[in-house]
Amino acid sequence: MALNQLPKPTPQHSTATAAGGVAEETHDHHDQPPRGALRWLLTTNHKEIGSMYLIFSLTMFFIGGIFALVVRAELFQPGLQLVQPEFFNQMTTMHGLIMVFGAVMPAFVGLANWMVPLQVGAPDMALPRLNNFSFWLLPVAFTLLLSTLLMPGGGPNFGWTFYAPLSTTYGPPSTTFFILSLHIAGISSILGAINIIATILNMRAPGMRMMDMPLFVWTWLITAFLLIAVMPVLAGVITMMLMDINFGTSFFTAAGGGDPVLFQHLFWFFGHPEVYIMILPAFGIVSAIIPTFARKPLFGYASMVYATASIAILSFLVWAHHMFVVGMPLVAELFFMYTTMLIAIPTGVKVFNWIATLFRGSITFETPMLFALAFVVLFTIGGFSGLMLAISPADFQYHDTYFVVAHFHYVLVPGAVFSIMAAVYYWLPKWTGHYADERLGQWHFWTSVIGVNLTFFPMHFSGLAGMPRRIPDYSLQFADFNMVSSLGAFMFGASQLIFVWVIIKCVRGGVKAPAQAWEGAGDLEWTVPSPAPLHTFETPPEFKPTSH
Amino acid sequence: MRRKLALMTGAGSLCGVTPALANGWNMPVGVTDVSRDIHSLHMTIFWICVVIGVVVFGVMFYSLLRFRRSRHTDSANFHENTTVEILWTTVPLLILVGMALPATATLRQMYDTSEADLDVMITGQQWRWRYEYLGEDVGFTSSLSTPRAQITGEEERQEHYLLEVDEPLVLPVGRKVRFLMTADDVIHSWWVPELAVKQDTIPGFVNENWVRINEPGIYRGQCAELCGKDHAFMPIVVHAMESDEFDTWLADRKEAAAQEALGVDREWALDELMERGEQVYNSVCASCHQVDGSGSEPAFPALAGNEQLLSDVEFHIDVVLNGVPGTPMAAYRNNMNPVELASVITYERNAWGNETGDAVQPSEIQSRLE
Ligand code: HEC
Ligand SMILES: [Cu+2]
Repeated sequence: MALNQLPKPTPQHSTATAAGGVAEETHDHHDQPPRGALRWLLTTNHKEIGSMYLIFSLTMFFIGGIFALVVRAELFQPGLQLVQPEFFNQMTTMHGLIMVFGAVMPAFVGLANWMVPLQVGAPDMALPRLNNFSFWLLPVAFTLLLSTLLMPGGGPNFGWTFYAPLSTTYGPPSTTFFILSLHIAGISSILGAINIIATILNMRAPGMRMMDMPLFVWTWLITAFLLIAVMPVLAGVITMMLMDINFGTSFFTAAGGGDPVLFQHLFWFFGHPEVYIMILPAFGIVSAIIPTFARKPLFGYASMVYATASIAILSFLVWAHHMFVVGMPLVAELFFMYTTMLIAIPTGVKVFNWIATLFRGSITFETPMLFALAFVVLFTIGGFSGLMLAISPADFQYHDTYFVVAHFHYVLVPGAVFSIMAAVYYWLPKWTGHYADERLGQWHFWTSVIGVNLTFFPMHFSGLAGMPRRIPDYSLQFADFNMVSSLGAFMFGASQLIFVWVIIKCVRGGVKAPAQAWEGAGDLEWTVPSPAPLHTFETPPEFKPTSH
Repeated sequence: MRRKLALMTGAGSLCGVTPALANGWNMPVGVTDVSRDIHSLHMTIFWICVVIGVVVFGVMFYSLLRFRRSRHTDSANFHENTTVEILWTTVPLLILVGMALPATATLRQMYDTSEADLDVMITGQQWRWRYEYLGEDVGFTSSLSTPRAQITGEEERQEHYLLEVDEPLVLPVGRKVRFLMTADDVIHSWWVPELAVKQDTIPGFVNENWVRINEPGIYRGQCAELCGKDHAFMPIVVHAMESDEFDTWLADRKEAAAQEALGVDREWALDELMERGEQVYNSVCASCHQVDGSGSEPAFPALAGNEQLLSDVEFHIDVVLNGVPGTPMAAYRNNMNPVELASVITYERNAWGNETGDAVQPSEIQSRLE
């Protein structure tokens, strides 16, 4: 391991001493926690809840992944071989819903649960019982959602964007259950967000000002506000669907005087900020990892904060770029094109900052760093295709093709998902007390990077050449691209088994990690022992800010 | 600004070589002025991204190699630099403005649907397209013509697999054609890449778009908005003809439509109705009720051996004319002429072992439509 080569004091963006921060082993003012299953059902400890979120998310990642592999298997060749179109549509829909609401979002909430209190020097989340409740809503929501696949008429088959009237008048009978499950997941997110905001605003260690907070905390604070702003809009729009389906209203039915396009405006008013909800915490993670392994403070801390805030604000002004071909008036079309292009600027600032952080650093390439670097490159590629999609006239050709599929998978898989993996490798020593197996980690990394690019890069070409998304069968000129994508997808899927193996191995044992597991790391979490004891920072640590 | 100009010219010169490469893996240049403009916007923004990418990733990989631990043990400690920060905010802004200008111009052109020479109404239906030449009394539906056996793999797939239809949309070259676009059931999206027209067709709304095609030819596309189970199976074929050829075609179609209208009043024989009905059924109804009338329960009822249907001709006529609200079964009264309606009903009542012997007459349907 490259770590123990050259002992060198690391410049840190904040220096902290936490002499009193570590909980003593003798810890007797709590009741004995219940044992067995009940302990997990009732726990209010942020670390345990964080772990449950992460395990839940990993499970959903595999379920959603299997659905994606069904899709890719069917698309391996032209023709209908394995599944019928009805089932294919359920698979694409469920894949999207599970990955967005079940895998990526809970993973970030899990990381927040674990790390936000540790990074701000708080003993726990501000509202621990609420925290427990937020988590346990999720298994309920997703069991219900998955059970729709077994209902007569099948599960949701109208895409994860569930456009009306396909999802209302023409939806399967199970749609009502789908709405209910989304409501439950939405409540979970809102409660989780409230908790995170309360923790960050009220429970920082004495002396830690807002502009001293690690970027992961900052990005999550902003994300939490986004969640609170838009999840109710989602709740509103699915309630309107519920009314249309069951109570004879016509919000989205033209025949009754309603407006199907209204659905899309409401959905994307939620949906676009939602996209940033899935990427802002990733920015925070990468902003922690790159300075650690470059052994150099993050370049442009303040501009990172402002860029995150601008992206969040702009995210409310760009929603209709998902609707360039629904027939909006010219002025609307222009407005949304310009605002969307503007997002490139704060996003660019972030990428430039990360690269400036690398410049003249002293860089090593442990697994978390590899994932973070791949994030920077591949997320930027997704950003480029995003910029292309912003050009509204060109979007008339790109819209609803595989080019879009390529774009959002680049920002979500090697974007959000890689950042989560980077975070797991980065913080596993803190969670388990052991380093993850570096060799296996590197295997996982390289197979994932190759798999991801084999899967999604060809989709740019098939999309530009004219392949619409969400089709179970396609004309012959797209055959080669699809075959490569399918092979890549299976490779990517298989490589995640390595990930699971690494985690299990790391929990069981491995090279022991000290409190400061990475020599270049500089936030408060590295002042508590590894593994972090169940209770930390019962006495607030003393926080000494350094310059930003 | 200098840099932006360099980027633009670099992009411009590279655009020249791409049409040769753009075969099967890039956006087609297309056959309208708008499609050419869009293609050049696409290539410009693409090359801008490539150049930025080369610079950014260049610096990144240089740093990773040059400043790796084994070569550079003493990391610097700087974390701010106002000049570069201002620079990397303003330069991208200028590039974006440079991009927004031509994009705005193209968009304005795309939105100018005025002064069309011909109006065509396009209606998306699960899972076919209906075309009507407004003011010409010519209209027809256009459905996938790829045989089922090719989809399931029992037959070899042909060149235009899934991109072929029974009746293409015929358009004149060199005239401005305005499309009025709507849908009967769910949202569809009419897309032909080479015409650079993609527009959602939305029930209850009429969207507009237009083309002026420069070259005669056959252009193929697909529905681009998920619209249910056969979303993949509702292609679009546009046959662009020279102007005079088109006029002849349109006149022929008008004549045929007029003939059929005359036919409404006369008595039709069962055989005649069955022959016409089979065409209509296979083109319009078979996607849900299957070619052999077996349907696919529970979503789509079987028509073969359907006792309720066969015992009640009134009910049968009513369903086909008025549809079943809230289900995929659409009302066909405005989509088909009386001859087509009468013949498809007759066909359903006498095909696949249904032997009612009923010959529903176009005149009877006509009287109900009034
Ligand atoms: C988009 C799919 C679709 C298409 C296309 C379609 N139908 Fe239907 N059809 C249905 C459905 C669904 C029902 C059942 C409606 C209900 O729930 O009562 C139905 C019912 C019927 C019935 C009544 C059967 C019964 O037992 O109630 C008849 C008759 C019928 N269709 C004829 C036609 C004809 C003729 C055409 C072509 C002109 C056609 N359908 C095209 C979906 C379709
Ligand atoms: Cu369609």
